[in-house]
Amino acid sequence: MDEILLNVTDLRAGIEGKEILKGINLTVRPGEVHAIMGPNGSGKSTLSEVLAGNPAFSVNGGYVDFHGKDLLALSPEDRSHEGLFLSFQYPVEIPGVSMVNFMRAALNAKRKYFNEEPLSATEFLKLMRQKRAIVELDNKLASRAVNEGFSGGEKKRNEIFQMAVLEPRLSILDETDSGLDIDALRIVAGGVNKLRTERNATIVITHYQRLLDYIKPDFVHVLYKGRIVRTGGPELALELEERGYDWIKEEID
Amino acid sequence: MSTPVNSLTQYIELYTTHKADINANSAPALNALRPQALSQLTDTALPHTDTEGYERTSIAEMFAPDFGVNIMRMNIPVDVAASFRCDVPNISTLLGIVVNDSFHPTATLHNKLHDGVIFGSLCKNATTHSELVAKHYGSLAPLTNPSVALNTLLCQDGVLIYVPKSVKLEKPLQLVNIFSSPAPLAAFRRILVVLEDDAEARLLICDHAQDNEQQYLASQVIEVIMGRNSIFDLYDIEDSSPNTRRHSMLYASQSDGSNLLVNGMTLECGTTRNDYNIQLPGSHAETTLAGMAIASGTQHVDNNSQVTHTGCSSKSNQLFKYVIDDNATGAFEGGILVAPGAQYTEAYQSNRNLLASTGARMHTKPQLEIYNDDVKCSHGATTGQLDGEALFYMRSRGIPESEARTMLMQAFMTDVIDTVRIPGLCERLHYLVDKRFQGGLRQCGSCGSSCHDTKTKQQ
Repeated sequence: MDEILLNVTDLRAGIEGKEILKGINLTVRPGEVHAIMGPNGSGKSTLSEVLAGNPAFSVNGGYVDFHGKDLLALSPEDRSHEGLFLSFQYPVEIPGVSMVNFMRAALNAKRKYFNEEPLSATEFLKLMRQKRAIVELDNKLASRAVNEGFSGGEKKRNEIFQMAVLEPRLSILDETDSGLDIDALRIVAGGVNKLRTERNATIVITHYQRLLDYIKPDFVHVLYKGRIVRTGGPELALELEERGYDWIKEEID
Repeated sequence: MSTPVNSLTQYIELYTTHKADINANSAPALNALRPQALSQLTDTALPHTDTEGYERTSIAEMFAPDFGVNIMRMNIPVDVAASFRCDVPNISTLLGIVVNDSFHPTATLHNKLHDGVIFGSLCKNATTHSELVAKHYGSLAPLTNPSVALNTLLCQDGVLIYVPKSVKLEKPLQLVNIFSSPAPLAAFRRILVVLEDDAEARLLICDHAQDNEQQYLASQVIEVIMGRNSIFDLYDIEDSSPNTRRHSMLYASQSDGSNLLVNGMTLECGTTRNDYNIQLPGSHAETTLAGMAIASGTQHVDNNSQVTHTGCSSKSNQLFKYVIDDNATGAFEGGILVAPGAQYTEAYQSNRNLLASTGARMHTKPQLEIYNDDVKCSHGATTGQLDGEALFYMRSRGIPESEARTMLMQAFMTDVIDTVRIPGLCERLHYLVDKRFQGGLRQCGSCGSSCHDTKTKQQ
């Protein structure tokens, strides 16, 4: 397949004057699953935040094409409408904003972007019910404030629930496996797999091979010191699990 | 600009010139305090920014312009019954209307009130129930405060609420204060609330201005006398206009076991100063004092609270929240005083503020004075901006920045609204606050359709 969903060219970005991404190149096609691995501090989370448009980070150079759109020129909300979704490593608690209002606002903003009428209350609730089932999210959680008082596992399930509602073209899962016990991991990974289609793609950022047992990657990239220093197939993840990162560091440094 | 002393002089002159008319158009129980009020006002000034406790709001300046006072009680033509139909959903109230400072009952009020309950004109009831009014009128609000003295000097009417022993009012009482005048007008009104032992009542007050262009000044003194184990809720919503100045002073005194909830909400205003003075001489009494202010444009909201514990084992909880936008200013000064002997007091105070623009200003001064060992007390104030992480999280889900900001500001006010003990009102307030943050409240929120019509026509 020749169609390209995401094309990152020489992306440089940082925070508070410190450059963290030092020239990222990455191409993602529809239907693919990419895993990005790497030691702590290599820039994995920065990459996901920059792609999602977190204004706390500054982009210093490079270009990102997202199915024909200049991604870096779009606001975070328009990136979402265009089909980018970031599952946060640390989902934010928002006391006083109910999950229902939050999702309704998100969904209707997207519909408005595409000149569609807002969903009726009945249609909306029906959709919520369907999507909750994908990650077995309790109805009680859906009626609470966004992430407030959720356990670690519930927060991650809630991220995948939102992903299910918004039906993104490209999902970036930033350490979705951190803080999950094995059952929660299976449910979350199962949710991600149910949402996979030939049209969309997934970038999985993780420290561990464990998640990749459930979400099978087509490509594995190693991010180190702000650059992708090695790309391989699923076997690369297994090799990293066995040997650690030192051998790669030695090759680079 | 008038000097502070001058702004008072005009009112004293008005009184001395029209003393006979003022008295003739009021009632003996109200007239009785005027000479004393006058003597208190001699050689003094209204509080100004050099006066302690008024650093951010000059009452002298608020009262300086030449407002008219409706001494002769001219009937300002407002078709009360037709104009003001309350549309607070989910709750039905017993409604009274105060046009400027004169009370107008609604048609159904009389036959729906419980035997012995009074909800009516202070002036009329000061004649028919002169002993009751004489006993309580001015019993809490001290004439040593020049603003109280001025109110007492010129006040001719207002509202009396009386709930006899053990009577529990099922329906909330509602008072709509509406300003309506063809010329700049000052209203000096008084609300006197007396609850006997074990009585229970809730009062919702909505302040409105009939049009946005006219200059209005409200001087309001509320006295609340609570018997043993009585329960009283006061929800005071201001949804007025940029040309309205309001100085409202609440004085409450709580006997043993009484429970008072005061929630003051400034949604739209010009310049507003609210004083809350709550005394807890009784033991095992409870006070919740909550407030919210939403200010934009060049609006100014100043809340000043003083909760004084003199009895044992009482609890008070203060929560004030502000969202200040544009070039608006907010001020809060809150005090807790635990007197010697007020053992086992629990008293808390929290003031939290959001600044939504670089031009917004907030001044806060939380204070705590404890003359006792065995107490639990805390106070705190924070002022900050919207949480950037929450904002980004919401935007990353596609919620436009302006909408996300509105949702976060509304969420910020949730715990103030949640103190409301009337469920239907709670929901309505969430709606009103939401609407206010979206910039569309200037169309009469919780009550009234007349102001709605007037304003729509003007647009």
